[in-house]
Amino acid sequence: MIPLQSVAILFSAAGALCVVLARDVIRQAILFSLYGFSLVVLFVVYQAPDVALSALVVSGIAYPLVLVSAIARVHGERKRRRE
Amino acid sequence: MTRLRYTLFGIGALGLAALLVWGVAGLPDFGRYAGPYGDIVSKVVEPQRHMANAVTAVVFDYRGFDTMGEELILFAAASAVALLLRETRDYHVDDIVDAVRSDAVHGAGVLAAIVTLLLAFDVVAHGFLTPGGGFQGGVVIAASFVLVFLAAEYHAYARIGSTSFAEPVESFGAGAYVGLGLISFAFGLAFLENFLDLGVTNRLRSGGSAAIVNWASALAVAGGFLVIFAEYLEENMAVRYGRKQLR
Repeated sequence: MIPLQSVAILFSAAGALCVVLARDVIRQAILFSLYGFSLVVLFVVYQAPDVALSALVVSGIAYPLVLVSAIARVHGERKRRRE
Repeated sequence: MTRLRYTLFGIGALGLAALLVWGVAGLPDFGRYAGPYGDIVSKVVEPQRHMANAVTAVVFDYRGFDTMGEELILFAAASAVALLLRETRDYHVDDIVDAVRSDAVHGAGVLAAIVTLLLAFDVVAHGFLTPGGGFQGGVVIAASFVLVFLAAEYHAYARIGSTSFAEPVESFGAGAYVGLGLISFAFGLAFLENFLDLGVTNRLRSGGSAAIVNWASALAVAGGFLVIFAEYLEENMAVRYGRKQLR
C-alpha cells in the first residue's frame, strides 16, 4: 500500500465519521458531499477513473441536491403551518 | 437488568470481533487480483469490440442487459418521485420572485452552464475512449440545467428544465435503449449485440452500436435526473408560494 492510498483511506474514514456525528441535516448534506469527494479521491488513487466519475456526479451533484431540496420542502411546510 | 444486557452485548461483541479478525486475516494480500474476468476482458475488448475503454465495453456491450435494468431502475425512481409529489400546486408562476438579481451572477452562471453542458457532451461522446460514458455524462447534463436555476433562478429554469421537456427526453432515452436491443433481435443476434460497423479503435466513430446505446442511456439518465430535480423544485415553489393565490 503506497502512502497516498493510506492517506486517501484515512481521509474518507474521517469524512464518514463527520457525516455520522453531524446533527444538523443541512450540515450533514454538505458534509456528505465532502465525504463523497473523499471517495472520489480514493477511487482515483486506486486507478478506477470510471467509478470516480460516477461517484463525483452522484455524491457531488445529484444526492446533495435531492437532500437539500427535500429538507427545504420540509422546513417550508413547518413554516407554513406555524403561520 | 443492565448487567444482563451488558453481558449479552459482551458475548455478541466478542463473537463479532472474532469473526471480523478471522475474515480479515483470510483476505488475499493487498493488491492481488485473483478473478480471471478482469484479465480476460482487458485482453479481448480491443480485438472484439474496438473500444479503448474496457469499462464502457462491459457496461454497454458485454453486460448491456444489466445496464438496461439499472436504467429502468432510475426510470422507475423518477416516475415514483413524480407520482408521490403530485400535490396540488396552486401557485401562479407570476407570483414567484427570483432572489438572484445580480447581472454578474446571471452572466457567470449561464456561461458556467454552457461550459458544463459542453463538458457533459464530451464525457458522453468519448465514453468508449476515455473514462466516462452515458451515465456520468447524463448526470452532468442535468447538472448544467441546475446551474441555470442557481444563477438565473426559477423563471429561467422553468422555461428550459420543466418536466414537459424532461419527461419526453427520459422516455425517449429509455425507449431507445430497449429498442436498440430489439433491433439486434431483428438482425438475428442476441439482445443488444453489436449490429453496426465496429470502426477503428481510438476514433470517435468506434464501438459499433454500443456507442448509440451509450447516447440513449445518456438521454435517459439526464431526463431522469431532470424530472427528479424539477419535481422537487416545483414542490418547493408550491410550499413557498402556494398560498399567495388563496389570500
